[in-house]
This record gives sequence, C-alpha cells and structure tokens, in this order.
Amino acid sequence: MKFRGLIFANLFRKKIRLILTVGSFAVALFLFSFLAVVKGAFGRGADIAGADRLITINRISIIQPLPLNYRDKILRVPGVVAITHNNWFGGVYQDEKNFFPQFAIDVENQRKVLPELKVPDDQWANFVKDRQGAIAGAKTAARFGWKIGDRIPIKTTIFGGATTWEFNLDGIYHSERPGGDESQFWFQWDAFEEGVPKSFKDHVGWYVLKIENPDDAPRIAKAIDDAFSNSDFETKTETESAFAAGWVKQFGNIEFLILSIGGVVFFTLLLVTGNTMAISVRERFGELGTLKAIGFSDRTILFFVLAESLLISLIGGLLGLGLAALAIPALAKALNGLLPELILSPAILSVGLGTALLVGIVSGLLPGIGAMRMRVVNALRRV
Amino acid sequence: MVRVDSTGRSNSLIQVRGLDKTYKRGGEEIHVLQGLNLDVDKGDFVAFMGPSGSGKTTLLNLLGGLDVPTRGSISVAGDEVTNMSAAKLTQWRARHVGFIFQMYNLIPVLTAFQNVELPLLLTKLSKSDRRRHVETALGVVGLSERMNHYPRQLSGGQEQRVAIARAIVADPTFLLCDEPTGDLDRKSADEIMNLIIRLVKEFGKTVLMVTHDPVVAKLADLELHLEKGLLVEAGQQQNAYAGGAA
Repeated sequence: MKFRGLIFANLFRKKIRLILTVGSFAVALFLFSFLAVVKGAFGRGADIAGADRLITINRISIIQPLPLNYRDKILRVPGVVAITHNNWFGGVYQDEKNFFPQFAIDVENQRKVLPELKVPDDQWANFVKDRQGAIAGAKTAARFGWKIGDRIPIKTTIFGGATTWEFNLDGIYHSERPGGDESQFWFQWDAFEEGVPKSFKDHVGWYVLKIENPDDAPRIAKAIDDAFSNSDFETKTETESAFAAGWVKQFGNIEFLILSIGGVVFFTLLLVTGNTMAISVRERFGELGTLKAIGFSDRTILFFVLAESLLISLIGGLLGLGLAALAIPALAKALNGLLPELILSPAILSVGLGTALLVGIVSGLLPGIGAMRMRVVNALRRV
Repeated sequence: MVRVDSTGRSNSLIQVRGLDKTYKRGGEEIHVLQGLNLDVDKGDFVAFMGPSGSGKTTLLNLLGGLDVPTRGSISVAGDEVTNMSAAKLTQWRARHVGFIFQMYNLIPVLTAFQNVELPLLLTKLSKSDRRRHVETALGVVGLSERMNHYPRQLSGGQEQRVAIARAIVADPTFLLCDEPTGDLDRKSADEIMNLIIRLVKEFGKTVLMVTHDPVVAKLADLELHLEKGLLVEAGQQQNAYAGGAA
C-alpha cells in the first residue's frame, strides 16, 4: 500500500495525543469487555436453561420451603414426566470467601431431570450407596484440588447452628452444555433430612420438573399453581429460563445497567475521538490543501482521515481487549466464585472490536468529509 | 512567445481568453480579473507582478485549476480546463501542473524523499521507478545528500529546493510559482532563481511565476503587470542569467 508511509507518518505526528486517544479506546474496550463478561455470566443460566424444564417455588419467596408431599401431586399433572427437588444448604467450606452452592438432592430423580450434568456410572453408584457421599462440580473440585475419596467438611450456617457436616467425595460431574454450571456440590436428601432440625423436615427448597412438551409449559405451570392456590404453601411455577432470569433480577436490572454504562462510555469515546480527529484535520488543513493541489483526489483525502481514525480505534481496541483477556481470568480467580464464571468469549471480542471500528469510522467521517469538501485555495491560505 | 492581446485561436501551450473572476464580499462585487487574454508557449518563463490584491495569485490559481473563473476559458495543451469536473481537474493537475509555493508547503512529518515522492504516488510507477525519479529530481536541485532529512532539518532555501524537486518529479507540462523567493534571504533567493532558470533553459520547462520582487521578475523572459484586472506588458526583459549563471 503506497500511501502507508503518509498515513503512519500522520498517525504518529503528535505522540502524546495519539497515546491519550488510543488509551481512551483501550480503557473503553476494557470496560466494555468486563461489563459484557459480567452480563454474560449473570445471563448464562437463562441462556442454557432446559426448554423442557419448569421450576416450582414457594409463591412468597424462594427461601420459603414447600412441602415434600407436593411432589406426587405435581407428578400427576398431565404433561409432567419427572420431578426432583433440591434444598439450599448454604454451608461454609473452611472460609466464608470459599463460596460455592451446595444442594441436598433427590438421588432417585436428579439424573432423570438434569441429564446434562454427567456423573460416571461407577461414581454415581458409590454416591448412592454412601449416605455421607457427595458429588462436586468439576470447577469446584479443581478450585479446591479435591480428589475422589477426599473428606469434605462443610459447616452449616442455617440448619442446627454452627455444626460441621462431613462428606465423602464420591464423584465429579461435568456439564454437557458449554458454559453449564460446574460449581455445585450435591449430597443426599436423606442425609439432609436426618441432619436438620425437626422444623425443616419434610420440606424442600424447590421442585424441578421435566415436561413432555415445552409448548405445554404455560398450561402445566398454571395447573400446578391452581392446584395449590389458597393453601398454606402457594406455589409459583415458571420455566427454568424465566426462573434464572428472575434470579438475576434480584441483583437489579443488570442488563439495563450494563447497556447504560456501555452506551455512555461509547458515546463519550465517540466525542473524544471525533474531537481529536477534528483538531488533527483542522491543524493540517494547509497540508491537505497542498495534497489536493498536487492532485490527490477528494476521496483519497477522505481515505487518509478515515484510515487514521480506524488505525487509532484498531490499536486502542486491540489493546483494551488484550488487557481484558489478561485481566478477566485473574479477576475471576480473585473473586473466588462469588460471581458466576466470567468468560471472555470470541463473540464479546468480535463485538468489541467491531464497535471500536464503528466508532473509528463515525468519528473520522465528519472531519474527513470536511477535509474532502474544503476548497484548495482556502486551505492554501492557512499555510 | 508570450502575448497578452490575442483573442482568436492559437497554437500556444497555454491560452487564456476573456478571463473574468469576480468575488462577492458583503454584497459588493469585486472584479479581480476582467476579460484577461494570455498566450504562453512551451519553454516560456513569465513573471506576473502587481500590487497586493491585484489578482496575481488568483490568476495563478485559475491557471493551475485550483479555482474556477466567473467567465472565460483556459486551455492547456489542447485541454479545456474550465469545462472540467472537479474530479477531472484533480487528475489534470496531477499530470500537468507543478506547484511551487512561497512557504514551500512541505509535509513536516515526511522526509525530503517522501515529500518529493508524493506526486508519484498518484501514478502507476513501481516503487523502484519512483525511487529512481525522486533521486533524479533531488539530484537536479542538488539535495541528493539530504533526501532523508525532514523539513525542520533543512534551511529555507533547501526546503524550497525540495519543493521544486516535488514540482518537477512527475515532469508536468508547466510550473506555477507563487512568490518562490518571498520567504528567503537574497542569497537563497538567487539560488532558487538560478535553479528555476536552469529548469527553463536546460530542461525546457514552461514557468509562470508571481512575484513582488522586481529583481526576481526581471529574470523572466517577460514581465507582465496586473493592473485593474488586466495584464499589461512591461516589455521584453533581458535575462540577466542568460547562459546559465547558476
């Protein structure tokens, strides 16, 4: 490209200004990547939720229990093919910062309803036989360096004061779905029932249902909720996707928050870069006029300005995304599982780079058109 | 041979007929050029003089296709310049006109070599051919040793010589010089004028030059004065540098 020398010479003309503008892009792209990763982490549950699954919780709140005897009644609703139930344990492993979710699970039905969470059959068989057995997600096992056979002490904070429950790690599960949750820790419902105070017995945290046809979800949900209306434990049934989305909303409208911040960041970036390009072109009116006098066409002049603007956005964008690629895994490690898994996906990188280039084009367009349209005789007077 | 009184067709390289240029300023019309005629043959060296605001630079801008006349025509080597579209005019300038400005108008972030190469970037010449042409042009102006210097590392006279190399590198049909010595001391001005005269005498270049300096103007083959929008012949000048005093 024979104009390369001219474009790069102009790009590096004011080095401090270039560094500051590229820096603005880098910071904006880093922020964009981080926000997109957080949004992805919170929304992933809804994205990968099974279309053929419903969740039934207490109508008042998920922290209120439901009677265990609802299970058979729900199973009788036409269209429901399987049901399982979970309880939140809320224990602490060694230190409060080592958070991961622990569930008491219905051993008989867990794998029927959640078949994508795979446990090797021999490990599962050992778990079923072992009343103190536990299954850990691959991510949590890797995080704490657990191996099968390890003894895992977990101190309960909800059930029966500050007592420690001991578990044997019998198996490790993996999610078949990309981005699936591999952070859970399961133990047997029977062990839970035995260990909790009387007031908690015969109650579950929530039910997970597998239905025959996802199209029947609204009808089935209504039928279940109608069946328990005006009871002591009214229910709220919704799709797994809606449940996951509702869970995220407890933290606030994260999508709106992220889109708002992202929008402000990019609009500011557009103004900063647009202003930089406008100043840069205004300073060079005489030179651009000379180029036109020599015979450079209006389109070539526009091309020079846009190329410069695009290069700034490309360098800044790549720098910001590179920083994000380095920082986000480190941040995820530092958060120690407090947030869902932070994944900087190729899609986020592509959207980030695409947005940076778009800002580059838009910010260069107005000054570029101005340079393109300027009269040579007027420009030469400014030399 | 330069003429300022022709009205019909001629075989001259540059023909100007009935050229008018009017500016509107605050509702008032200012007639800068009024029915100007001019014939310039290949190899002529013409100097335009006149007081500030007399229209010298306007005439140069019109001849160089940088501005369009209100009325009249300019034809160069058979091409009717005044009828060309803006895009066509840009291409025409690249092929036919070499500009030399008072303030040199070099690009400060490019080396002397890169500045001189600029007009060649608009041609289909290969990189090696471009290098050969640039080295030749810089050799003509005596700056072969300074090709990797930036304008800030050169003196005013050297900068103007780089600008002259840039103007001649693509071998244009004619050169337009707007006060080429206006920003230089006498010694540098003499060097630049010697160079311009050499381009005329040795290389057969056609040169049209605007100047305020009567000493410089007298070096041209013909000195023309712009008065009230018309060209007035000051008489054939004796070229003091005839024989190549450079």
